[in-house]
Amino acid sequence: MAAQYPALQVVLALLAAPVCLILRRPNAAWAVATVITWISLALALSLLGRVWETGVILYPMGDWAAPWGIEYQIDTVNAFMLVIVTLIGSVVMPFARASVEAEIEEERIYLFYCMYLLNLAGLLGIAITGDVFNLFVFLEISSLSSYVMISLGRDKRALTAAYRYLVIGTIGATFYIIGVGMMYMTTGSLNMADLAAILPAVADSRTVLVALGFLTVGLGLKLALFPLHLWLPNAYAYAPSAVTVFLAATGTKVAVYAFIRIFFTVFGGVEIFTAGVIPQILAVLAALAMIGASAVAIYQTDVKRLLAYSSIAQIGYMVLGISMVTVTGLAGTIVHLFNHAIMKGGLFMAMGCILFKIGAVQLDQFEGLGKRMPVTMAAFVAGGFSLIGVPLTVGFVSKWYLVQAALEKGWWLAVAAILASSLLAVIYIWRVVEVAYFRPPPKGSAEVSEAPLSMLVPLWILIGASYYFGIDATQTLDIAFAAAETLFAPPL
Amino acid sequence: MEFLGLLNYWIVVVLMMTGFYIVIAHNNLVKKIVGLNIFQVSVFVFYITMAKVKGGTAPILAEGIEIYSNPLPHVLILTAIVVGVATTALGLALVVRIHDAYGTIEDDEIEARENEL
Amino acid sequence: MVFMAVTGFAVARLRNLFGVVMLTGLFSLMSAVLYVVLDAVDVAFTEAAVGAGIATVLMLSTLALTSSEERVSEAEKPMWALGLVVVTGAVLIYGTLDMAPFGDAYAPIHHHVVPRYLEKSGQEVGLPNVVTSVLASYRGYDTLGEVYVIFTAACGVLLIIGRPKRGRRRTLRMLVGEMRHGMRQNVILRVVSKLLIPFILVFALYVQWHGDFGPGGGFQAGVIFAAGFILYALIFDVDTSRMVVPSEVTRLLLALGVMLYAGVGVVGLLRGGNFLNYSVLAQEQTAGQHLGILLVEFGVGLTVAAAMITIFFTFARQEH
Repeated sequence: MAAQYPALQVVLALLAAPVCLILRRPNAAWAVATVITWISLALALSLLGRVWETGVILYPMGDWAAPWGIEYQIDTVNAFMLVIVTLIGSVVMPFARASVEAEIEEERIYLFYCMYLLNLAGLLGIAITGDVFNLFVFLEISSLSSYVMISLGRDKRALTAAYRYLVIGTIGATFYIIGVGMMYMTTGSLNMADLAAILPAVADSRTVLVALGFLTVGLGLKLALFPLHLWLPNAYAYAPSAVTVFLAATGTKVAVYAFIRIFFTVFGGVEIFTAGVIPQILAVLAALAMIGASAVAIYQTDVKRLLAYSSIAQIGYMVLGISMVTVTGLAGTIVHLFNHAIMKGGLFMAMGCILFKIGAVQLDQFEGLGKRMPVTMAAFVAGGFSLIGVPLTVGFVSKWYLVQAALEKGWWLAVAAILASSLLAVIYIWRVVEVAYFRPPPKGSAEVSEAPLSMLVPLWILIGASYYFGIDATQTLDIAFAAAETLFAPPL
Repeated sequence: MEFLGLLNYWIVVVLMMTGFYIVIAHNNLVKKIVGLNIFQVSVFVFYITMAKVKGGTAPILAEGIEIYSNPLPHVLILTAIVVGVATTALGLALVVRIHDAYGTIEDDEIEARENEL
Repeated sequence: MVFMAVTGFAVARLRNLFGVVMLTGLFSLMSAVLYVVLDAVDVAFTEAAVGAGIATVLMLSTLALTSSEERVSEAEKPMWALGLVVVTGAVLIYGTLDMAPFGDAYAPIHHHVVPRYLEKSGQEVGLPNVVTSVLASYRGYDTLGEVYVIFTAACGVLLIIGRPKRGRRRTLRMLVGEMRHGMRQNVILRVVSKLLIPFILVFALYVQWHGDFGPGGGFQAGVIFAAGFILYALIFDVDTSRMVVPSEVTRLLLALGVMLYAGVGVVGLLRGGNFLNYSVLAQEQTAGQHLGILLVEFGVGLTVAAAMITIFFTFARQEH
């Protein structure tokens, strides 16, 4: 049976989605979604273990060998991605129950979990596949379900946020398939490993160059690379809390993964990426994102929006690591994928708790919150430290390796950008802390108690993890470095 | 001869860009969806164009036929058409809700109303 | 193709959204004709049914629910948009310079993967329609994904506009009220469509089962089947036609279709093959492939028909 885990990883969630549709009961749908997510986590961990011991796992769908059929190719990189996605999903599900009940009408909840499962399946499908067109199909499953989930936010701006995301996301996806079409045209293949083997022979073709350009822009839109990030702040700010947690922690991460996969696996044997100007352009955009988005975050009055801008800055860190094209830089990116997922997941969960109790996350409503919701706010502060990059947190670990990688390359400006962005993070986190702890609660405000345990426990699991993996980072770093080395290894 | 061979692709590019222009330049939310549709259909035409083999026939196996056009892009585009209509349906559903909430489907008016909030 | 370009420009200029939608339908239809010329009969079939049929109907319902004139606004920023489009277009043209000329049989695209489909699918899968073999078997997993995309869209539409507000259900006056009124009064239209609809449904079934041999298959059949119902609803009454297929039934079929597809995959897995291996479904490889393709195509047909009907009725149920 273990041989079938790669298929089950995605198919279980796919099968569970229609089951939710038939059940039509909120609690039953939640239970199905939770159990499936947990089983998926177990599958992902076992796959990671197997890849760690025996190397790449190949799984041809329908037993049609690649490149004729669609094949799953699992190496350390995507096994790690599978773990990140399912891990976040597993922690979000218990949290979601109370949060979703509070934010979404009861008759729609079962459909919401159906959407969640489709989204999960889509993200896992992107991460696991070894076929560029199959990636597009699952990208669309995950995108369509995220548009729907975002539109469910209570604020009516959620609708426009979802609409704009839909338009931009579809443009991104269409650019992506133009790129795929051009690659297919010059090589005759859609399989990633196969493409990697053929592309060097046709690398001087202008068609391939343009294909790479379109793939970059298409995926750049999906991962909210500056200046293609305009859809993200409103989408994260107005989506229901559980959705924001899940998407912020996984959605853009998987897009970053796809980006890495295209550049280093598919175009791994080709000089145009490593020697061309694309890395420099990416580095500049990344630095702009890190500083620009952090600066904008300072001026936000909606704390969820503030964190959304901070996410754009964090995506800048990841892209910076990619743009260095070195093992250390890439390892920094990969470890940051994990680290940022747990800390940003935790921070957005804190927002979910506050939204659950107070009904809004405007900065002025945070007055006195340090005393009124001490457990939640303590988690926010702890997560904030991690975002800034204080030692002993995961944020520190990733920044440490990114700085190291920048120093190896002699990119002093990049180091400066990382430091500047961290300083800006101090400011925006401090603004929230100051309001929450040093201002008295507004007079006549209703008594506010803590969020329920079902929300606080997942919150603290993620925040705790961001310290656990910050103090002892050997496991995550080992995986990240192994993953980065696989990406630089010559194609199979 | 070479340029004649590429002419088809150039027309496709013009089609794609017409759609793309409608999406980004127009203010009306329905029109944007229409633009997306045109953009996508042109990409489909691009795929189908590259699948054609001169002198070939539709890829349905039959006695006595040697040359077939390439079936794989056809398959990919069948999938992509479905994706396209799915996106259209969702986009339009959102437009209906936006109209309910804002009373307009012009992007700039919506933006103005959002800024008042 | 030139006609398509002209239509495209017209769409960009025209302000009346009804006209725009009609032209878009025309655009789709022309692309379908083009696909036939380019040997892609299956694709043409689908594009005609979806692009010119379903998508147009959905857009018209949206217009009926919102507004049908595009306002001329000064805030439009055609200059930078035009600039961006010209740059993107130039990049694309640059990319085409190294492409193989149109129709070249020696282009790499026709030589790496495809020959096996054309030469061996006859023995390996045993169906004459290569598109069906590739769609349902070699790349069956993509098709599963595709069915899930439409499933997602149907659930999404239900979730976004599924429940009419304030509980008061009023039927959407499809297109403009009087036009619909006119259609109802029109005896010829009623009689013709009454005669036609059974044929459409039977034709859909034919397309469903014939997909292995000629153009057609679950997706096209599903769309045509749904189109039959939609036609009925347009000409007669949304509420009456909704009684023929209650929402519970379509919802169930929606779920069953995707489960059938994925379920066939799982059976293959339980019988010792990989996921979606149909060869292990029967003693002989081709018999198994045949059975598998038949079943998954049926799943596709179910879900697609149910999804289209669900989406349409959800739009039609909106309050104006």
